[in-house]
Amino acid sequence: MTAEPEALTSPAPAISEPPSGPPQFESWGRYPKYGAKVVPLNWQGDFPAVLAGSHESALPVGLGRSYGDVCLLKDGTLLQTTGMSRLIDFNPETGVLTAEAGISLAQILDFAVPRGFFLPVTPGTKYVTLGGAIANDIHGKNHEAVGSFGNHVPCFELVRSDGTRRLCSPTENPDWFAATIGGMGLTGVITWAQLRLRPIVSRALDCEHIQFHGIDEFLELKQRYQNVEYTVSWVDCVSTGKNFARGIFMMGEHSKTPGELKPSPEPKLVFPIDAPAFALNRTTVNMFNTVFFHKQMKPHVKAPQDYEPFFYPLDKVLHWNRLYGRRGLVQFQYAIPWEHAKEGTIAILREVAKSGLASFLAVLKAFGDVPSLGMMSFPQAGIMFALDFPIKPGITFPLMQRLGDMTLEYGGRLYPAKDAAMTPVQFQTFYPEWQRFARFRDPLLTSSFWERVTGEKSTL
Amino acid sequence: MSTLAPAPAGVAAVSPNAKVTKKILVLGATSGIAEATCRIWAAQGAQLFLVARNADKLAAVAADLKLRGAAYVGTAVADLDDTDKHPELLAHAINSLTGMDVAYLAHGLLGDQARAEQDFDHAAQIIFTNFMAPVSLLTWLANYCVQRHAGVLAVLSSVAGERGRKSNYVYGASKAGLTAFLGGLRNRVDREGVTVLTIKPGPVATPMTAHMNIKKADVNQVAQTIVNAIDAKKDNVYVPAMFQPIMFVIRNIPERIFKKLNL
Repeated sequence: MTAEPEALTSPAPAISEPPSGPPQFESWGRYPKYGAKVVPLNWQGDFPAVLAGSHESALPVGLGRSYGDVCLLKDGTLLQTTGMSRLIDFNPETGVLTAEAGISLAQILDFAVPRGFFLPVTPGTKYVTLGGAIANDIHGKNHEAVGSFGNHVPCFELVRSDGTRRLCSPTENPDWFAATIGGMGLTGVITWAQLRLRPIVSRALDCEHIQFHGIDEFLELKQRYQNVEYTVSWVDCVSTGKNFARGIFMMGEHSKTPGELKPSPEPKLVFPIDAPAFALNRTTVNMFNTVFFHKQMKPHVKAPQDYEPFFYPLDKVLHWNRLYGRRGLVQFQYAIPWEHAKEGTIAILREVAKSGLASFLAVLKAFGDVPSLGMMSFPQAGIMFALDFPIKPGITFPLMQRLGDMTLEYGGRLYPAKDAAMTPVQFQTFYPEWQRFARFRDPLLTSSFWERVTGEKSTL
Repeated sequence: MSTLAPAPAGVAAVSPNAKVTKKILVLGATSGIAEATCRIWAAQGAQLFLVARNADKLAAVAADLKLRGAAYVGTAVADLDDTDKHPELLAHAINSLTGMDVAYLAHGLLGDQARAEQDFDHAAQIIFTNFMAPVSLLTWLANYCVQRHAGVLAVLSSVAGERGRKSNYVYGASKAGLTAFLGGLRNRVDREGVTVLTIKPGPVATPMTAHMNIKKADVNQVAQTIVNAIDAKKDNVYVPAMFQPIMFVIRNIPERIFKKLNL
């Protein structure tokens, strides 16, 4: 037992001595697994000072909610920013919040909701950092209405490993701004950022759920409800025949009836152990899908819902990824432009159903045409589709390879934040700007993802 | 706090949550545990006076706490090893707060045990920062509280002070001294209406322990336990609570066995 409290007078955290047996930092998919040293960045001044004397490459990371290796660095140093979680300024007139980049969206909500504000864009989990949301230019259920996260960031500070500090905005250092939004943490450390919050008068959303059968019906619903701010669909990708591509179209709008704006309670449930490898198979997922599809007794249901279950149904159970067992999971998420969106989606759904691999979570939605500001941003107008697969040796990765090639064929692209499998050829075709982007990469910073898809090693 | 609804007519206008006006002096306010504790107090609308050594860090923490709802945040940059300046510093802090309900001593120095074994100056530094400086602060603060027959003195000691171990006995000795001092002080001032709370953390995930590859407690849970212990006017609190039975065992291992262990 070693131990203790706290130091005002303790020296700055040093990394000269590697810890014995480095603590494991896992991405959300828990694949791949790499040992890495984790060094906290607790203060805006810690980087690059904290790396003095180190010759290893590094990567800033937040809460590790990206799925594959975009937040991993084999044999390198992960700079964990979650200690930089301070609020800096808030203007209740404009809703612009300034905060350190390691603050989580959950912490921002705890601050904003009681004051009548909400995130402009939110992903399916609130346990991501502000810096991570910018670095992956994340999107939400309201992409068609408001674009991706970077569209709501007026400015941020970017610190390079040579100590240079830049204020980046659409008008100041605009090229650095564009490279850093969706820049996967490779352009430097974001120390603080501004975020334009949106006003709300209630925690509740007015929601509607509608059953559909097949992609045509989905597209019809999307068209009919194009003025609804938040839309997303769950799809059954196991069933074939008359139930092929059945799903539920879910939508919501922030309620206009004033309601109580209290903060959310802490989550109590934690998925305690790794499930055995067989827990998620075709039969169990099929059972789940049938129950989920018929959970709503009528094909069309209208009801108000709190924002927690609407936006973050899975956050109720911390570490739900343990459901996939030690081996972990991979996610496959594409955006295919409208031109080939329908045929591509049907072809990919058929390929998935044929593979026999059961995807527990399958999410379908339309991306709108608000352009993303990032050079490497994932969203583009068309259909977005996301699937989770358990890792089965000899089956999962060949399927991912086929699906990646099909995405490429239909003119789409995959999402680095969710990826553990795209090939260099796929990546470089999906993101034709990658070589221009590479010039903005900090020479000290890299990730296992970047090394995998570009073959570039850290230049140290 | 501004979010409290006005009391309806005919109902006493005193909030049941009277602690919202708490006036708290925090020494070592940029330490991980102190900052997490202050965030809870800020959300309750407390008035805070923060003392820390690094001006930039102190300013960042103060701005954050103000935004989180603290009714007042005053600051002073000071090196608490400078005991001569304590009376002036403490008087200024209490003036700024216009009173004091809680003093929270959270500064400390873990030091480097291996270096302290070879270098007496380093050992003396650890003992000065963790023992001598708090004794100076507490002597002044206890007399202030005794005069008013009120106040809570909440002090971060450590489980390391429960029994000397080879891995950190210099730090442990400084905290053992502090724990003994707090016990005696409590015995003196309890009858005057003053509370002395000895807080004994085990390893907590903060910058101080970032280099230690061991299981650590969540700092926010530790902070909540400390806030609750202060509200309940407890004498001693282990954080996390599981350290109470663990330390009972550690204290009761016979010395002839203990001296052979690698702890």
